[in-house]
Amino acid sequence: MDAMVRELSYAQAIQEAMAIAMDMDERVFLMGEDIGVYGGAFQVTGDLVERYGTERVIDTPISELGGAGVAVGAAVTGMRPIFEFQFSDFATLAMEQIVNQAAKMRFMLGGEVSVPLVMRFPAGSGTGAAAQHSQSLEAWLGHVPGLKVIQPATPHDAKGMLLAAVADPDPVMIFEHKLLYKMKGPVPEGYYTVPIGKADIRREGRDLTIVATSIMVHKALEAAAALEAEGIDIEVVDLRTIRPMDKQTVIDSVKKTSRLMCVYEAVKTLGIGAEVSAMIAESEAFDYLDAPIVRLGGAETPIPYNPELEKAVVPQVPDIIAAARDLAKGVR
Amino acid sequence: MAGASKAVADSRANLPFVYRQYSAEQLKQVLHKMYLIRRFEEGAEECYTRGLIHGTMHLSIGQEASAMGICMPLAEDDQITSTHRGHGHCIAKGAEVKRMFAEFFGKTTGYCKGRGGSMHIADVAKGNLGANGIVAGGIPIAVGAGLSSKMMKTGKVVVSFFGDGANNEGAFHEALNMAAIWKLPVIFVCENNGYGMSTSTARSTAVKNIADRAAAYSMPGVIVNGNIFSEVAQASHQAVARARAGEGPTLIESKTYRHRGHSKSDRNRYRTKEEIEDWMSNRDPITLFESELREFGFIDDKGIEAIRSAVAQEIADGIEFAKASPSPDIRTIQNYVYTEQA
Repeated sequence: MDAMVRELSYAQAIQEAMAIAMDMDERVFLMGEDIGVYGGAFQVTGDLVERYGTERVIDTPISELGGAGVAVGAAVTGMRPIFEFQFSDFATLAMEQIVNQAAKMRFMLGGEVSVPLVMRFPAGSGTGAAAQHSQSLEAWLGHVPGLKVIQPATPHDAKGMLLAAVADPDPVMIFEHKLLYKMKGPVPEGYYTVPIGKADIRREGRDLTIVATSIMVHKALEAAAALEAEGIDIEVVDLRTIRPMDKQTVIDSVKKTSRLMCVYEAVKTLGIGAEVSAMIAESEAFDYLDAPIVRLGGAETPIPYNPELEKAVVPQVPDIIAAARDLAKGVR
Repeated sequence: MAGASKAVADSRANLPFVYRQYSAEQLKQVLHKMYLIRRFEEGAEECYTRGLIHGTMHLSIGQEASAMGICMPLAEDDQITSTHRGHGHCIAKGAEVKRMFAEFFGKTTGYCKGRGGSMHIADVAKGNLGANGIVAGGIPIAVGAGLSSKMMKTGKVVVSFFGDGANNEGAFHEALNMAAIWKLPVIFVCENNGYGMSTSTARSTAVKNIADRAAAYSMPGVIVNGNIFSEVAQASHQAVARARAGEGPTLIESKTYRHRGHSKSDRNRYRTKEEIEDWMSNRDPITLFESELREFGFIDDKGIEAIRSAVAQEIADGIEFAKASPSPDIRTIQNYVYTEQA
């Protein structure tokens, strides 16, 4: 019999995954700023401290670098920490430990250790928190061999990928868009994993492929639904993992549709769109392209405070509709 | 570690700490290892000069008593994190010089299979979690290892070695604070050799002694003469006892000096020849320890000569082992980036 499926929010799904991981393995524990009685800045840890105690749900001082290093040290010596950055922006303070230590330790030591570390990064704009609390920095970490970087887009995937991350022997960085935390969706009870490194075709289509990440998956699906009325049949690929990237799923999709658009919230240049586009240009799918590749990404600015401006600097559904309509010209 | 018998201990009642605490055999072993550290680094330096190895290296010649004194009370499964100047810590914690040379030579028999080199030598089986190329990078990691020890109730003590340069990094302060609030079994060991690369502690550090920083984190701050083995070992003993009793961390400042430059690029423009000469001639840690051993009757000239020649042989064998070992196959370049999964 299939596990019972309920509607949970993305935040509840993550919380449930962390509880399951702690129930299954006493080495798993949580660390972060104000994740105990406060419940986390976004209430993702919620009341877990009441169930697991302050020894396993550890409030750290406001010390991102030191805290990240403690998590690295605990991971290489037998524990399985899940570390929460309060905002992904604050991880800039901890880059040393993430990039120089966690990512490289296994390699530098010739395979003598593994670093089974999970880090969670509440990311993205749309909350009115302005330039230092709204960034999408996943491509920074996607550039570092030794790390795995994932961006689950649904409550189902948030739970399954977090459980896959905890089971993974290597450091896994999870970027969670803050606007997704309240989004509800079907989530099976109990333990299951969603594999790291596998994209998902959220909607099949013949006319053009949209490769999207995180919240942009939902915006792309909304755009695709709107364009269906105009006879434009869009395939939406949820990349889910940016390192290691599932190239084959994207290549196969582009070979089928011959048109590619990448939609992501992070700053457009030198990002995931560039990587996906270049990967396609290098692949056998290049010959199948009937139009130039289109990238829709964030503007080349910090995230502004004013709500109108804030919306304007990241792709919105009408932007995707307009760009997709343009790209689909001459399909039939 | 078995100590000296009671009768022997009584006869040594007025001697410095280590001569009361350890057997003659153990103390001779310490001298052996101090020579091993010195000759290993001289050997590595010579191999570099002769073009046999590439890259750079940071030599701890002059700091051997510090590494040995701190590691003396540690058990094999106690852990350390080390620094770019870490060969001494590695040997003191029990590493084999032949596998260290092999790492220098980039060979598959090296501790890191040729992937790490001098700056990343680790010996996890002996509790050395690794040297580190980032100043202060290992300090929070040691606190994490201390957290594991506490959570898993293993009783392990963790030592974090770092230099004076690290005491002005944020990671140092964040790590000491966390170790203190969680009462973790961690010993912070600042080997203050007077210079962070070229910048003296007087120019870089607002406090006179780095141990003074301990007060800010409610832990004992202990200053020792890092060139006197007994002083270092005694401070380490006390800190280990405190850590094992669950009373929390200690900061030990071991004041010492590096005879060599910061790395191979150093032209020694920031200190005088006289200063270097003074430390080499009058405060060399091996010379000091050797004369104490002689004076207190633990060893004679013949015994010292035997240690020196055994070390020379071990170094020569280690270099031969490294030379004869295979280089990694270039097709294995992707190995160890991620954990290989079945």
